[in-house]
Amino acid sequence: MLFPLVRRAGVALALAAAAASLGYLLAALSLEPRARLEGRQPQPPQAAVEAELDALNLNDRTPLHERYLTWASGAVRGDFGRTLQGASVSAELPGRLATSVVLLLPGTVLGALAGVALGAWAALARVPGRVFTAVSHVLLATPVFVIAIALQLAGERLNGVTGLPLVRWVGDGGDGLLSRLQHLVLPTLTVALAYVALFGRYQQALMRDAAESEHVRAARARGLGLYRAYFGHGLRTALVPTTTYFAYSLGFLLVGAAYVETAFGRQGMGAWLLDSLRASDPHPVAACTAVAALAVPAASLAAAVLHRLLDPMASRQREGVL
Amino acid sequence: MTGLTHALRGANPGARLRGALRGDKAVVGGLLVLALLALAALVRGGDAWRAMDLTALHEGPSMRHWFGTTGTGRDVLALTMRGLRSSLLLGLAAGLAATAVAALVGAFAGLVGGPMDRLLMAGTDLLLVLPGVLLVAVIAPQGASRGHVVFLLALLLWPLTARAVRAQTRSLRAREFVLAASYLGASRARIVLRHILPNLAGLLAADAALNVGMAILGESGLSFLGFGVAPPDVSLGTLIAEGAPVATVQPWLFLPPALVLVALTAAVNLVGNGLHRALEDR
Repeated sequence: MLFPLVRRAGVALALAAAAASLGYLLAALSLEPRARLEGRQPQPPQAAVEAELDALNLNDRTPLHERYLTWASGAVRGDFGRTLQGASVSAELPGRLATSVVLLLPGTVLGALAGVALGAWAALARVPGRVFTAVSHVLLATPVFVIAIALQLAGERLNGVTGLPLVRWVGDGGDGLLSRLQHLVLPTLTVALAYVALFGRYQQALMRDAAESEHVRAARARGLGLYRAYFGHGLRTALVPTTTYFAYSLGFLLVGAAYVETAFGRQGMGAWLLDSLRASDPHPVAACTAVAALAVPAASLAAAVLHRLLDPMASRQREGVL
Repeated sequence: MTGLTHALRGANPGARLRGALRGDKAVVGGLLVLALLALAALVRGGDAWRAMDLTALHEGPSMRHWFGTTGTGRDVLALTMRGLRSSLLLGLAAGLAATAVAALVGAFAGLVGGPMDRLLMAGTDLLLVLPGVLLVAVIAPQGASRGHVVFLLALLLWPLTARAVRAQTRSLRAREFVLAASYLGASRARIVLRHILPNLAGLLAADAALNVGMAILGESGLSFLGFGVAPPDVSLGTLIAEGAPVATVQPWLFLPPALVLVALTAAVNLVGNGLHRALEDR
């Protein structure tokens, strides 16, 4: 039972390493920090620029493979190099990651749970099912940043009607717990709405199939009530693919980070990636790519483990490569 | 015998699809909305957006400017129509290009199999992990043109369809009509183009529609982050990005492009989902 998982972890790790390396190479090739350093006023002497670039391992006159090896030997030990200003990338990474996770994780979990519940219900109930299908269709056609801004408009209205600053979205709320929570409501709701539509649609389709499956019909024939048969027997098997889907959506969490962070003006991983790209700063870009590259295969591995735990049939089947 | 009947039946996939789609209200509705939006983009998407009305700066909706004006006196309706036109064209180009590449690569990989196949599929996995904005910086360090945006979106979109085409090809390649063609000495290119892809026309049409929808969303996303079409040009994404920071004080800058974008994507997705449903029911 365990060997395929070990092999799978190996493949996942190799893929992550390849993606992280590709990310570094692309960033090192396309971003040109030299122009940034040379363009400062007053212009520094050439030797000083060279020395600075060398110290940062960003000198484009050093062959790319040498720079890559220096970076990679640090990266495997958790040292992702320095920013153009000379600050340690690895020191800034945890704070950035925490900001993104706090901003995105609650909404993802909430949205997935609500989506599963609503989707399963909508698959069985006729009229609410149609309404849910229509709403989720519109939500799926709405980019997450449009949801974010639309919620800000609604929040403004809500605060105006109640006369209280119930929800706030400028800044991160400082130190107070209540203030922090007030600032988290809209980002969480934004992410949750996007995921409700995604998971709801998926669960709705799965549940429709499950409702017609033989074991649910058998449960009904044995005299089980409608809801106990559908939710007790049908939903359980219909949840197996959803857990895989959820694990993957956690892996791709950081991909959506840039939009939510831009819309709410937060300084997480997504904003870091964008700012570093604009500043031609390769090392933070490579670090962001490496984190994303690790998250996706890790999620796929977690999905495989979850699948085995939920579905006893899975361990008897032959494994694919990935 | 089965190969022959299959070949005869497959001779006119369009007619079968039309039959399955007839009476699908969602698809008809989607097509209607799309036609309306396309017409609006065609008629109103000209150069009117460049005009500046200096007597109306930062004004809300009025009879003269239905959707209000920007800080430089530009008409938001004209801007939105221009943005709609460029988003629609970019989305169509990128979605169709992605589908075409996916069809060819997926069919070849599925037909050939072996190490080539595994290499191609591993490549698509890698592409999935890299952030899109990094690829923009690689492709267009000096700011993206429309061609760059189309290329990048196609690059990001083709892997998913390629996987579906590859899976279908693997089930087709053992069929009699494919074997017969290869025994008659047909080249691989001929088998892919004349025998395999025509049989996947339905899947390709459905995926093309969904890819266009995703390309439109992707373009607006890149533009929102400031990595899409460069400034003098407008798209729905750049208009939304400009309207977003002031959405609570001047909602007319944000709402029209946002609503048009949602309507456009929803309509395209309705058509794509309808095509997929028609395929599954067959």
